[in-house]
Amino acid sequence: MANILDIRRRIRSVKNTRQITKAMKMVSAAKLRRAQERALAGRPYAQMLTNVLKSLVQRAEIYSPETREPLHPLLVRRPEKSITLIVVSGDKGLAGAFNTNIVKAAARFIESKRGKNIDIEAVGRKGRDYFRRRYKVMRPKAQEQNGDGSTRAAEIQIVGEQVGVLNKIAFDHARELANAVIERYTRGEADAVYIIFNEFKSVISQRVVVDTVLPIGEIGVHEIQQAEEFSEEARRRAAEAAVHSGVGLREADTSEADKKAASFAASQVDYIYEQPAGELFRDLLPKYVAIQVYRALLESVAAEHAARMTAMESATNNASDMIDDLTLAMNRVRQAKITKEIIEIVSGAAAL
Amino acid sequence: MADTIQLEIVTPDRMIVSDAAQEIQIPGKSGYLGILPGHAPLITEIAVGEITYRSGNETKHIAVAWGFAEVLPEKVTILAETAERAADIDVARAQAAKERAEARLKQGGADLDYRREEDALKRAQTRIDVAAKK
Repeated sequence: MANILDIRRRIRSVKNTRQITKAMKMVSAAKLRRAQERALAGRPYAQMLTNVLKSLVQRAEIYSPETREPLHPLLVRRPEKSITLIVVSGDKGLAGAFNTNIVKAAARFIESKRGKNIDIEAVGRKGRDYFRRRYKVMRPKAQEQNGDGSTRAAEIQIVGEQVGVLNKIAFDHARELANAVIERYTRGEADAVYIIFNEFKSVISQRVVVDTVLPIGEIGVHEIQQAEEFSEEARRRAAEAAVHSGVGLREADTSEADKKAASFAASQVDYIYEQPAGELFRDLLPKYVAIQVYRALLESVAAEHAARMTAMESATNNASDMIDDLTLAMNRVRQAKITKEIIEIVSGAAAL
Repeated sequence: MADTIQLEIVTPDRMIVSDAAQEIQIPGKSGYLGILPGHAPLITEIAVGEITYRSGNETKHIAVAWGFAEVLPEKVTILAETAERAADIDVARAQAAKERAEARLKQGGADLDYRREEDALKRAQTRIDVAAKK
C-alpha cells in the first residue's frame, strides 16, 4: 500500500494544478466577456453596411438587362474548379475540442471537394500546424520549379497563414485577408471562397460552419455549406462553466440597436446620390466581404475563450474529484496504520 | 426646424461619436460637404479626410479613412472603416507611417503599389493634421 507521504505529495501537486486551471478559467471568462462585447459592438456597422447594399441592389444596375448576368465580378458564379478556404482556428491549445472541431470540419469539407484545387488560408497557429503537416506550402517560385507553367505546389496547398494575430484582432486583419481573397477571386485563381469558423451566438448557441464568402449571393444572407451543431453534452458543460464563471448565457438584447441600424439608408425618401448607385455598390462590396471575415474572426475568438473556459472548468472539477479520492485513500492508509499499531500494542500487552 | 442635427459615426469596432451638432463638414468623395440641420436626404461616399463639426461652442475634428454617409434632415450617420477623434490619435505612429510611405515612394521600384502608398501617405498626413487641431 502507498505510504502517506507519497499520497500527500500527490494531493499537493494536484492542488497546484487545480489552482492553475482555475486561474485560466477565470481569465478565459474575462476574455470571453470582452470578446462578446466586441462582437456585439461590431454589429451596427455590419448591419448598416448590409442595409445600404440591399437598398442599392434595387437602384443600381447590377445585372445586365439583356443577359441577366451580374455586372460586378464578385457576384459572378463560375464553375468551381479552384477553391480558397479560410480556416479560422486558435493560436493556443488547452481549449478542449475547439481546434479539433475546426480541423475535423475542414478535413471533411476538403474531402467533399475532392478533385478540385484547394488553397488554404490558415488563421491561427493550431490550424496552421495541422495543415502544414499534411499539405505543401505554396512557394512563390513554384512556377519555375514545376516547369509546366503551373503555379501550384500541389492540388491542396497552403497559400497564406496568419499566426499570433487572434489575441489582438483588428479590422485591419480582416480587411487584408478579404482583399487577398478578393484579388484571388477577380484574377480567377479561385472560383469560390469559403470560410470555416466556429460561429458564436452565445455560450450555448455555437456551431462550426462553412460559410460562403465569394461569390456573393444575396446580400445579407449566409450561404452555409456545412454546419455542425454542438452536442447536447458540450452545450450543457459550456452552460455550467458559464454559470460558475459569471458569464451570461443568453444573447444580449440588440433589438433596439438592430432596429436603428435597419433604418440606415433605407428611409422612404429620394436621396441625392453624390455618386452613381452603381459606383457606390462597387466600392461597398469589398467592405461587405471584409466585414463578413471580421465577424467570423471575432466570433471565433469568443468561441475559443468559451471553449477554454469550459475545458478549464472540467479540469478544475476533475482535479477536485481527484483530491477527494486521494484524501480518502490517504485517510484509509492512516487508519490502517493506526489500527495496526494498536493491534501490535494490544497483542504485545496480551503476551505479557 | 430644429437648430441641431444628430451626428453618429460608426466603425466596425464601435460607435465613436453620437452628438448633436450645429454644423458638420464631411470629406465627400467628390469634395467637402457642409451640412446644416434640415439638409436634403443624401448619400455619399467619404474619402480620406477630416470630419469637422460644431457642437455648442466647441469644434471637434475626426480623422476618417473611407466611409459612407447618409444625410437626413435631422440626422447624419457615417459608416467609417477607421475614424479617430483628434485626442485619440497616436501622432508618433502616424508620423512613422508617413515616413515609411514617403520612403517607399521615393525609392520607387517596379513592384511598388503607388496608389496604395499614396493612400497610406494621405491617411497618415490627415491624422497628423487632425491631431494638431485638438
